[in-house]
Amino acid sequence: MAKKEAVKTVREPLFHVVKRDDLPWWKAWLIRVATIVIAIFLVGILSVVVTGQSFGGTYQIMFSGVFGRLFEGHTTMLWKYLQEIVILLSLALALTPAFKMKFWNCGAEGQALMGGLASIICMIELGDKLSYPVLLAVITITSIFAGALWGVIPAIFKAAFNTNETLFTLMMNYIATQIIAYYVYIKGGGSNVINPVSAGNFPSVGGNDYFVNIMIVSVITVVMYIYLKYSKQGYEISVVGESQNTARYIGINVKKVIIRTMIISGALCGITGMLLVAGKDHSININSVGGQGFTAILMSWLGQFNPFIMVVMTAIVVFLRLGVAKVADTALLNSSFSEIMVGIVILMLVGCEFFIHYSIKFKHKKEAAA
Amino acid sequence: MAKQPAIELKNITKVFGKVVANKDVNLTAYRGEILSILGENGSGKTTLMNMISGIYFPDEGQIFIDGQEAVITSPKDAFSYKIGMIHQHFKLVDVFSAAENIVLGLNEGKYNLNASAEKIKEISEQYGFELDPAKKIYTMSVSEKQTVEIIKVLYRGADILILDEPTAVLTPQETEKLFNILRRMRDDGKCIIIITHKLHEVLSLSDRVSVLRKGEYVGTVETAKTSEAELTEMMVGKKVSLNIDRSEPENVQDRLVIEDLECINREGVKILDDITFTARSGEILGIAGIAGSGQRELLEAIAGLQQVQYGEIIYNDPKTGEKEDLRNKTPMQIRELGVRLSFVPEDRLGMGLVGNMDIVDNMMLRSYRKGKSMFLERKAPKDLAMHIIDDLEVVTPGATTPVRRLSGGNVQKVLVGREIAASPTVLMAAYPVRGLDINSSYLIYNLLNEQKKKGVAVIFVGEDLDVLTELCDRIMVIGSGRITGIVDGRTTTKEEIGLLMTKSKQQGDDCNG
Amino acid sequence: MIIQFICRAILLGVPLLYGSTGEIVTEKSGHLNLGIPGIMYVGAISGVVGSFLYENSCGNDIANMSPLLAVLIPLLCAIVGATLMGLIYSFLTVTLHANQNVTGLALTTLGIGLGNFLGASLINITKSELPSIALTKTSSFFAAKLPFADKLGWFGDLFLSHDFLTYFAIIIAIVVSFVLNRTRVGLNLRSVGENPATADAAGINVTKYKYVATCIGSAIAGLGGLQYVMAYANGVWSNNAFGDRGWMAIALVIFALWKPSVAILGSFLFGALCNANNYIQGLGTETQELFKMLPYVVTIVVLIITSMRKKREHQPPQSLGLAYFREER
Repeated sequence: MAKKEAVKTVREPLFHVVKRDDLPWWKAWLIRVATIVIAIFLVGILSVVVTGQSFGGTYQIMFSGVFGRLFEGHTTMLWKYLQEIVILLSLALALTPAFKMKFWNCGAEGQALMGGLASIICMIELGDKLSYPVLLAVITITSIFAGALWGVIPAIFKAAFNTNETLFTLMMNYIATQIIAYYVYIKGGGSNVINPVSAGNFPSVGGNDYFVNIMIVSVITVVMYIYLKYSKQGYEISVVGESQNTARYIGINVKKVIIRTMIISGALCGITGMLLVAGKDHSININSVGGQGFTAILMSWLGQFNPFIMVVMTAIVVFLRLGVAKVADTALLNSSFSEIMVGIVILMLVGCEFFIHYSIKFKHKKEAAA
Repeated sequence: MAKQPAIELKNITKVFGKVVANKDVNLTAYRGEILSILGENGSGKTTLMNMISGIYFPDEGQIFIDGQEAVITSPKDAFSYKIGMIHQHFKLVDVFSAAENIVLGLNEGKYNLNASAEKIKEISEQYGFELDPAKKIYTMSVSEKQTVEIIKVLYRGADILILDEPTAVLTPQETEKLFNILRRMRDDGKCIIIITHKLHEVLSLSDRVSVLRKGEYVGTVETAKTSEAELTEMMVGKKVSLNIDRSEPENVQDRLVIEDLECINREGVKILDDITFTARSGEILGIAGIAGSGQRELLEAIAGLQQVQYGEIIYNDPKTGEKEDLRNKTPMQIRELGVRLSFVPEDRLGMGLVGNMDIVDNMMLRSYRKGKSMFLERKAPKDLAMHIIDDLEVVTPGATTPVRRLSGGNVQKVLVGREIAASPTVLMAAYPVRGLDINSSYLIYNLLNEQKKKGVAVIFVGEDLDVLTELCDRIMVIGSGRITGIVDGRTTTKEEIGLLMTKSKQQGDDCNG
Repeated sequence: MIIQFICRAILLGVPLLYGSTGEIVTEKSGHLNLGIPGIMYVGAISGVVGSFLYENSCGNDIANMSPLLAVLIPLLCAIVGATLMGLIYSFLTVTLHANQNVTGLALTTLGIGLGNFLGASLINITKSELPSIALTKTSSFFAAKLPFADKLGWFGDLFLSHDFLTYFAIIIAIVVSFVLNRTRVGLNLRSVGENPATADAAGINVTKYKYVATCIGSAIAGLGGLQYVMAYANGVWSNNAFGDRGWMAIALVIFALWKPSVAILGSFLFGALCNANNYIQGLGTETQELFKMLPYVVTIVVLIITSMRKKREHQPPQSLGLAYFREER
């Protein structure tokens, strides 16, 4: 008997993990913000180790890599920074309604590429046939349609047969990539680039080419916030995401909501493709989206479905991406160093959620005492 | 041969939070006998058995196996004492074969499914099971799955077997087969403990019966020397007066007429058969029955959430006097017909409410579609939320607290409050006081009574017979998906309902009171 | 011509086979590891770094190099690098219950970043003019053919002419298949991925199985990266040349219906599909690009068909993607 007991105590873990849901929101955010601060600090340390720069100097370079000579009145870098933010943000926003519905749309990359493809086709084929406003309208409509189409296909199968959407949307990315490769080859005359097209470009406002993109995404941010929080459709999305059983109970047509939401998600990705093509690159290639469709998944998730928090998250990540790249450049290192840092920061943020949702309790000897 | 005690429980007590699940329970089971543990739902039978099989650990008391004190902290420990429990919900891997499930987690040298299959066949032959070791679980009937679970514990050498409600899911033929097997095991010297609340099974199968009531041990009798009447009385106890108001029904009209309803579940088993009854306005119709007898499916069929195979659900509209058939209409279509049907489901946070949403947003579940605007209107739901919080004394930090953070009673107040706020003509509530403290329970009874006075047809699915007999005007008893009787709530007794509940086949006449 | 086509298909397919065998092991424990592309990438660069250091330590004379070490060092490096990545993934998803998709994608970002950074750094060190680094000597050891390969005509070409990592991949896939279906460990592992609560109740250490499966799976996938550099690319590393092979490996898992034995043939088929464009006469380059989407289209078709037919043996492990937390039972 006594022996048995001894064996038990050894096997009993020292602590155990319990789920908690009573953490006030400010404490949760305190943990997240603390993690971000620690992560940025860690990025600094790692950069110092790799580059041999001084600690303060590293952050200085980072800052200059993002904002340039902003304080001397040069805003070019700032605009570029904003431009990078809005592209990533726009994708993250596009994914959010799907994620809120617990639909893993991993296909932002492909949906954006298809939107971009629609734009470039319009720009090339219709550029000299339509007046500028009409051309812009056609570009917008076709891009939205192309993105939505790419998004709705997996949704239809999800609704009808419960086909795994994570894998389906992933595969759709590569089909889109190959279609782009095909098109680029044709139009690029055998090379893998298309020369920038001048027709159908977004107008520059006040001499700034990126202004339109930034405005569009700002509007989308606000609209998405309102859509998710104040619209009936947004409400249905939350109910379906939280509990399909409840959705059934109150008479929501779950299949319809899945399909409708993915049309919206795909359409917004399509718009991002348009921003990339008509508003930024004026061309397209298979790397136009450049993996941001995946980073956007992380942004949307870390943003807790809140568009404004996503603004902050994307700002931080793009800051690191550009800033650390500059640090690496200065030290004559490859700029991929920034990808590593972004990866580490995101992994830390992903890990810190544990401390928000669970707490660690040290075992009382209560049970073993019997 | 003198009987040897296989397992003895002494002064076992288990408390969950504030709920005492078992209090000072003493129990002895011998080798070579079948012991039934009898008790109503919530009487603590399963908790007690889970302590023997290592799922829970008792707060107080001791367990003796073969006269030696035993410490059982995990299912593995239980196995080492040769205790095997067959749970009501099977723990099997669907895509595995029977043999794979049976040997899962074992470490018996070389992995050889053929050898295991041989051993399984031996066990099967010894006790008269029929099982193909290579058959996949997902292709099996419930009875076959149960066989796998039983062989799984026998394969591990268990000689104390605990079966939790083994017949709940079986047909009479399958039940009889199982009983024959259990008798053979008894003759083989094994100790069989079976949890049940079906009296006739107890009488036909077991040697002795131990009765639990509300977590307490009532007594043990020998089956040969007892009767249904005695067991029923032990099980339900003396009548306790609850002083629930009950007004005379006024202005009674047929509101919902159910004819010949039949439903089949996913496995193709009939869960509702030949259900015919009428719910009347100004009246509370109670539904009594052992848990899982088809109560949930009946309410869901009416609410449009369960596919109906056969029969009619006719709603008499009090305004227009028109009749509408609700059969196989979606909840949406039912509402569009102008039928004001409110439903408090059993699964509050999984179906009736969304746990992660706050009270205001949960209020909107029913009403958010109102109006042509594409935006939500939160003013009215917010007023409603405040109203419910005040009126029903919901304890919450505020209207914007996620409902999953509220206690069970407060969650239920929010749900019932919302359903009543829709001013229904039919109100269905499934186990609305389950897990609630006394005050909250009375508040719910009063709400139901108020609705009745307003002329609502109230359907109340309950488990506490004291409550049913004091609250309801009529009580319909269902057993195994069929109506076994409809009695007058004012004149009936708990014993009468208890007998009707345990009657599994169609023996009851429609004694409409 | 046909022989050449098949050999080429096999060569192209082997990295996918490693990747998908690794992913199958991981998925059988209930974890959808979308970090596989990053993990394969890290496996590749770890091997490159290892052999780079060894080659440099041996000077310029190939005779100084021990064939055994030249092979073992990169092999070990690839395994260690990939396993470490797997360890990060399992710590986050198993111990910290983090979301699997998010963790996996972040890991892919990290892995590709690491690969490109280290790759570029090596290129920097060699002061090479090309944006690549050539480890041709090490590669020659990896690419060694079996004896008689050249003497037995088509038979030798088809069966004996491959590098040893190709045979190794097939052996691993067969071994994994055997372990999964014919051993107690495999049974336990599958039960963890199907129904962790049941496995837990049966006394199986769910956490341990998940960790071990993820790490072993990652190590196997890492070898795929190594094989790509050393055998397919003849020891030439250039950033991003690995392409989307990691994703294709995940696609192959679905295509193979979570069976490593099917993955062997599937990988060769994928290799053939990727390569068919080069062998079909009269195809323009543009059509070739369209051809390259074939593996993905086929995968989607398989995904749809299996979800429509709902045959249980062909479904993903039941609790794939879900975190297991005992107290939520």
